[in-house]
Amino acid sequence: MNQKAIPVRNRAMTPQRLLVLALLLLALAAPFGIYPIFLMKGLCFALFAAAFNLLLGYVGLLSFGHAMFFGFASYVTAHAAKEWGFSPELAILAGVATAAALGLVTGWLAIRRSGIYFAMVTLAFSQMMFFVAIQAPFTHGEDGIQGVPRGHLLGFIDLNDSLAMYYFVLAVFVASLLFIHRIVTSPFGQVLKAIRDNEPRAISLGYEVERYKLLAFVLSAALAGLAGSMKSVVFQLASLADVHWHASGEVVLMTLLGGVGTVFGPTVGAFLVVAIQNYLSETGSWVTIIQGVIFILCVLMFRRGMAGMLGPMMKKRGIDV
Amino acid sequence: MANQANGDYIIETRDLTKEFRGFVAVAGVNLKVRRHTIHALIGPNGAGKTTCFNLLTKFLAPSSGQIFYNKRDITHERSAAIARRGMVRSFQISAVFGHLSVLENVRVALQRVQGTSFHFWRSGRSLETLNDRAMDLIEAVGIAEYRHIPAGELSYGRKRALEIATTLALEPEMLLLDEPMAGMGAEDVKRTSDLIRRVATKRTVLMVEHNLSVVADLSDTITVLKLGRVLAEGPYREISANLEVIDAYMGAGHG
Repeated sequence: MNQKAIPVRNRAMTPQRLLVLALLLLALAAPFGIYPIFLMKGLCFALFAAAFNLLLGYVGLLSFGHAMFFGFASYVTAHAAKEWGFSPELAILAGVATAAALGLVTGWLAIRRSGIYFAMVTLAFSQMMFFVAIQAPFTHGEDGIQGVPRGHLLGFIDLNDSLAMYYFVLAVFVASLLFIHRIVTSPFGQVLKAIRDNEPRAISLGYEVERYKLLAFVLSAALAGLAGSMKSVVFQLASLADVHWHASGEVVLMTLLGGVGTVFGPTVGAFLVVAIQNYLSETGSWVTIIQGVIFILCVLMFRRGMAGMLGPMMKKRGIDV
Repeated sequence: MANQANGDYIIETRDLTKEFRGFVAVAGVNLKVRRHTIHALIGPNGAGKTTCFNLLTKFLAPSSGQIFYNKRDITHERSAAIARRGMVRSFQISAVFGHLSVLENVRVALQRVQGTSFHFWRSGRSLETLNDRAMDLIEAVGIAEYRHIPAGELSYGRKRALEIATTLALEPEMLLLDEPMAGMGAEDVKRTSDLIRRVATKRTVLMVEHNLSVVADLSDTITVLKLGRVLAEGPYREISANLEVIDAYMGAGHG
């Protein structure tokens, strides 16, 4: 039996654990040096990108309509908090549930197609939801839902305090990343990777691949919704920008920049894009041009994204040490 | 059904036909595969062998005709359901999960039966209970030393071996092997032949194969297809003496 024993994870894990620990400490200390609103925006988009990456990186499905989950969850959370007086955690849950339900319906129809057709079907649904967001009275059209109260988390943590708000967002973000990590390493995640690698073979092993894709789609939609809900609480605003197809495109950009199918890639990509938008906003319309140049450079230089490039380099270091 | 399919046969097709926009790839094939035998499907390129495989496993929908598996009409069942009934196919181009390790490849086949394949909240460690069985299968096809290597990095012959191990993990009653020896070196061919023979003692094997010495060596029955029709059927001795068959092969440029 000894020769069959599977070696426990190799030593390369230790530097990786150290890196995670260092990043966590950095994240805890960050609001004392960096504007918290910027950090929270980055974390919300990082979670959005991580949710999107769950689908693109681990199932191989490119959704071009993820803004509908992100944006609609933010509307529902904003509405629930402002009009119905929901506590922030309940308002966020309502947003997540809406995104999951929307994911179930649109996913059920979209997963029958693959490749560019899947992308087009999701885009079509997203455009329909954008139209709903313009027309429906509760979204207040061009104005959006403004002045959303942040409220008290669990009744006693005042989220109007920006530090409290930041640590709440950070906690949700870390928990979500751990959850995504669990999904991709679970028995379910194994089947997803098998489907991504070779769908006909997975079918020939007896897997009804549509059901697995649908569950992955719903999970991804729910997590994208969580990101949108958080954002509406942070900014006290739900607006059309978050259901617009631009947002769907942006999340593709963030994920590709950071590295598809990597754990930290989407986070790196999201912070990069948000930083470009924030710190270069004085340059006006040049922002999109700079963004475009960076995107082209990244695609040319790091085919597998920033994390896809840095990962192997650090691994090499880790083993050398 | 008017008359039940014969119980001696695990697979029986009736006038199985597949048309692609007017091109008839499979034309009224009546194929019977006897239980616990090795049955080979041969024929020149374009004879419809792989199309037959795709029809039997429902990767393609037949234009007309019926397919019976264990006397049950499976003509309208889904591919994955047919696999779960115990009829599992391999592919002409080696089909492995390239980013998964060799061990994980086999485990993917084993884990479906475990019933946790939708458990996205469960730790991946729960799959380690399958490791011993997976390793037995991997050892049986002689690739144990590569167990932690991503399957995509294996040589062609080893990918095929892994594919067979993965297929066997499902304990199929019926194996459909599409050119199992294609691209293999002589040594691998020998090992794979032995493996197929061993496997077939308790199962039924239907295979498409171009290597005629392998076909001669392994199969109990051979069906020769040409232009979508059955040209001849019987044991190798009969088939090899059949002038029509010789002509079909020579005509298509096969030696």
